[in-house]
Amino acid sequence: MPVKQLTVFLENQTGRLAEVAKILKDEDINLQGFSTTEARDYGILRMVVSDVKKARQLLKEGGFTTHVADAVCIEVVDRPGELYRILDILANRDINIDYIYVIAGTRIVLSVSDVERVEGILVENNIKLCS
Amino acid sequence: MKVQKFWDAGISESSEDKIRETQLANLKNTLKHCYYSNEFYKKRIDEAGLNPDKIKSLDEIEKLPFTSKDDLRDNYPFGLFCEPVDKIVRVHSSSGTTGNPTVVGYTKEDLEMWANVLARIMYDVGVRKEDVVQISHGFGLFTGGFGFQCAAEKIGSLVVPVSGGNTERQLKIMSDFKSTILCCTPSYTLYMAEVAEKTNIDFSKLKLKLGFLGAEPWSESMRGEIEGRLNIKALDSYGLSEVIGPGVSCECLQQDGLHINEDHFLTEVIDPETGKVLPIGQKGELVFTSLTKKAFPVIRYRTKDISYLIDGKCSCGKTFVRMAKPMGRTDDMLIIRGVNVFPSQIEEVLMNIDDLEPHYLIVLYKKDYMDKIEVWVEVSEKIFHEKIMDLEDFEKSIEAKLYSAIGIRIKVSLKEPKTIVRSQGKAKRVWDKR
Repeated sequence: MPVKQLTVFLENQTGRLAEVAKILKDEDINLQGFSTTEARDYGILRMVVSDVKKARQLLKEGGFTTHVADAVCIEVVDRPGELYRILDILANRDINIDYIYVIAGTRIVLSVSDVERVEGILVENNIKLCS
Repeated sequence: MKVQKFWDAGISESSEDKIRETQLANLKNTLKHCYYSNEFYKKRIDEAGLNPDKIKSLDEIEKLPFTSKDDLRDNYPFGLFCEPVDKIVRVHSSSGTTGNPTVVGYTKEDLEMWANVLARIMYDVGVRKEDVVQISHGFGLFTGGFGFQCAAEKIGSLVVPVSGGNTERQLKIMSDFKSTILCCTPSYTLYMAEVAEKTNIDFSKLKLKLGFLGAEPWSESMRGEIEGRLNIKALDSYGLSEVIGPGVSCECLQQDGLHINEDHFLTEVIDPETGKVLPIGQKGELVFTSLTKKAFPVIRYRTKDISYLIDGKCSCGKTFVRMAKPMGRTDDMLIIRGVNVFPSQIEEVLMNIDDLEPHYLIVLYKKDYMDKIEVWVEVSEKIFHEKIMDLEDFEKSIEAKLYSAIGIRIKVSLKEPKTIVRSQGKAKRVWDKR
């Protein structure tokens, strides 16, 4: 099962990220992990939250532009070489990763174009998926 | 009983010769009236060497100097009135954002004429007494509200003088009162569409069918957007308080140029740099002379609006000359690194991009002593697909389209929704920080 990743468009302005965090906090939504990417005038916040539907609705009401997409989430064993092992498997199968980030614990989120296929490959290789 | 096609069939279908003859007779009266009732005009007419009692042709007017907005301001408030105050029954005024506002006056006869020329415009495109006319122009010193009210009442339509603002109430009234006609600015009309979509109001279920939209220049693409989203026919209505208010000209249902009420307004198109009168078909600044006004006649008034006159007959049957949809104003022309840019050109490009919200702001600023221009547009969910590369590509594709249409590099800046202020009257499209 892929995770639902929530993406938010943010103008590059002081306090905008804090506003997102406050909206989630006020409704008791847990932020399990996130990453940001910045361009010159704006940035993109990607996150995994406890209730994606509710979070999206609240952010929308707060005037944010949002998007929800599937991403692959993997439970990684915390030891040297583990990331390499996974990436190598995917590279050998010609899978390109658009971006990747760590969320709470030892889980990583990968964005790829064919989520189902990548999940299949990972399961074949005994890599634990989480959702 | 036969339903008449035109409000004023006599003049609206007459030959060009007949129109010129009427204009000449009216011009003679106007010049005499100005000469004998107002010192400012007397001096100007004398200095031009004209004898107002011996005008023989329309082009003699070219000997007279133009009247500018500054002339109006210099004679604030009533200096250019040509009737004593006891004969004047109403004034209107334009906003005085720079210096004195301009004040215009109307006698009873002027108001009657105004209502008639605008009723003519409305009737000739199908407005009847059965119609419900919602007027979303401001009522007050601005001519938009009262102008349309008097005209629609003259036809006998039901007038809903809702005035500007309070968009949700506008939409509720439109739906509950079954408004069929909307008089508004194009930018506010589009904002109404946006609010309607958010509140699940379906225009295809409303009775609204026709809009008289004006008081600011707007592009063909914006028309497409308005007609599609509101499910109406949108006509460009043109007027300015100095000349009379709405009712100077308006599109017919052909939407191919605005018929000028020529028996009341004489039109010239001039080169805004040299003041030279341009031949028909050439683009320049519109100049009007009122031919029948009493309280506040204007002689060769420079409008700063850019358009041209269209040669040839219109298939609607009206013989009044048409002016092209105004494409901008001489004073909103931006000069960016030596290139003349009109906000309407930028709008044309933006409105043709799918999924882009129809709100934008042109921002001008200086960086290292250089003029910079930026266009702000909003990121809607339709264009936001979570990858920063997609957004960058989107920005670049708009920049490329602007470059190919206008010829200069304009930076596009993506903004969060509702960053750009929605207008409830005339839209502010340019923010000059220089």
